[in-house]
Amino acid sequence: MENKFSISFSALSENEAFARMCISAFLLPRDPTVNEMSDIKTAVSEAVTNAIIHGYNGKEGMVDMRARLDEDTVYIEISDTGVGIDDIAAARKPLFTTRPDCERSGMGFTVMEAFMDEVDVVSEKGRGTKISMTRKLRG
Amino acid sequence: MNIKYKKDGATLLVRLGGDIDHHTAQEISDGITRSFRRSRCKNIVIDFADVSFMDSSGVGMLIGRYKETEIFGGSLAAVAVSGELMKIFTLSGLNKIIDCYDNARLALAALRGE
Ligand SMILES: Nc1ncnc2c1ncn2[C@@H]1O[C@H](COP(=O)(O)OP(=O)(O)OP(=O)(O)O)[C@@H](O)[C@H]1O
Ligand SMILES: [Mg+2]
Repeated sequence: MENKFSISFSALSENEAFARMCISAFLLPRDPTVNEMSDIKTAVSEAVTNAIIHGYNGKEGMVDMRARLDEDTVYIEISDTGVGIDDIAAARKPLFTTRPDCERSGMGFTVMEAFMDEVDVVSEKGRGTKISMTRKLRG
Repeated sequence: MNIKYKKDGATLLVRLGGDIDHHTAQEISDGITRSFRRSRCKNIVIDFADVSFMDSSGVGMLIGRYKETEIFGGSLAAVAVSGELMKIFTLSGLNKIIDCYDNARLALAALRGE
């Protein structure tokens, strides 16, 4: 049986923990391993944090998160309608950051790619960014 | 977020508890920086035993603290880094600039040169 959810929350840093809790509560009934759960929570945290910091840059906005779980794979989409990404290929490179001033390491995309099976980025300047990620659960 | 500090000679021992993310990283950075300056120590040891989560915001926070110890010719060490956390340490290269120890006693002994 397929299961889905969709939520929308304010671009506030306290909602980073909220987003992690949502995805773990959603996955829990499928009994994922501790590693799977932790990897997926981390990837979600990266994408949501990016939407809040870079997408909206401290301004008001909403972050959308939806997930779908079929037999053995979770599909997650996190999107914002913020500033968008100039050069996606550059942004995905390890250590690339446009905010070195505030102790960012430029490792967010690298973490998402390492912890998920697939990461897809769609972004348009001035319109926003959508991150789609999948991970097969072996639990 | 819960932060506890203890001074051991030239080393400031910091025990973190809870989640390290963008929401908490700033408070952790400011807290450690303030205590480190006040302590007049040169090394920082961070104990991760009670850390339940860390993402790349923690990487930035740790690199920042590493640079502060470097200024005083000291070093930054980590204690009780879980397997999950170690994945982020390795991915970001943090493991090359931060020595990791099983417990605080071992880290403090190493920094004292024992
Ligand atoms: N949702 C987004 N909207 C606009 N720009 C983004 C978004 N997500 C990422 N970016 C851009 O891509 C860059 C790289 O993102 P990445 O998460 O890899 O690193 P970072 O967020 O800068 O640092 P870290 O994640 O290590 O704290 C960002 O610096 C930013 O310029
Ligand atoms: Mg990021």
